[in-house]
Amino acid sequence: MHRSPDMAKVFIYPSTSLILSDMVARFGHTPLSSATAIRERIQTAGLESPPLQITPEEPKKGLKWAAVEVPAGVRGRMSLYGPMIGECEAAIIINDADLAFGCMGCARTNELVKFLIHQKEIPKLELYYPKNEEEGVKFVAAIKRFLLELGGSK
Amino acid sequence: MTEYTPTQVGTITKYVVVESFEVTPADLALRAYEISQGAMIKETCFGIVINGKEEDVDRIIAELRKIDPDHIFIKDRGFPPGDARRCRANLGGARPGYNGMEHEMSIIPYVSHGLEELKKCDEKTIPLPESPLEHPLLDIYKLKKLIDAQES
Repeated sequence: MHRSPDMAKVFIYPSTSLILSDMVARFGHTPLSSATAIRERIQTAGLESPPLQITPEEPKKGLKWAAVEVPAGVRGRMSLYGPMIGECEAAIIINDADLAFGCMGCARTNELVKFLIHQKEIPKLELYYPKNEEEGVKFVAAIKRFLLELGGSK
Repeated sequence: MTEYTPTQVGTITKYVVVESFEVTPADLALRAYEISQGAMIKETCFGIVINGKEEDVDRIIAELRKIDPDHIFIKDRGFPPGDARRCRANLGGARPGYNGMEHEMSIIPYVSHGLEELKKCDEKTIPLPESPLEHPLLDIYKLKKLIDAQES
């Protein structure tokens, strides 16, 4: 998506969320999702490190967000999410995302990602997934209102 | 370690997921092929995957959205279609990442309903949903889940 100056970069959690990614783009902003971070890596030449092209360099880069005694799995993941948290201008977090489950590396990274977002002074929207149609209307309305308040939306 | 030479550099890939009573992935694929102009279109069980230059993909997506705007959802994908590291044809079983999409596809009908309703009214007139920050109490759905887990 070609960015216009009035589009905000919105970090989404879960960062693979189809719904959040679509909503942010639909209401005129740029979603920061893990797909774009992965795309950068798999389109960059270097040493072969399948499947995600996460090389031994990534845990080193992750030291910016997590200490050296933190497992490499967390630091490697933070090398994907850390720069996005750094550049985001707003964030939408879904708190009961069962799909974000995973090993301890994922779980601790998720905690750290949420912590860093909460620390950052940017507009944030915290939600649960809707469980029925009525909640669906409130869910979409809250996201639309939040994104329109960021400015530059359709 | 061997050297890695990336393919399809400078392209982007997007999923177009359709959850509609009126539009099928085949309809979307047909329309996408008509306007693809060189972009790669792959039909899947949940919609289509488009790979190509950013401006081409954006153009195709803008057209596809018009077919059923409230029931078509789009997100980025890191890998190009059919990539051996992700494609289930090579790996077997569900594609990594599909489980997350499958979970959200069970929620999409509520979101689609929300989008439809918002066309009829102003979003400012709709009350805010429950905030996770303000309600640390045990959720009724979670309680029911716990009871069910104990009874089974």
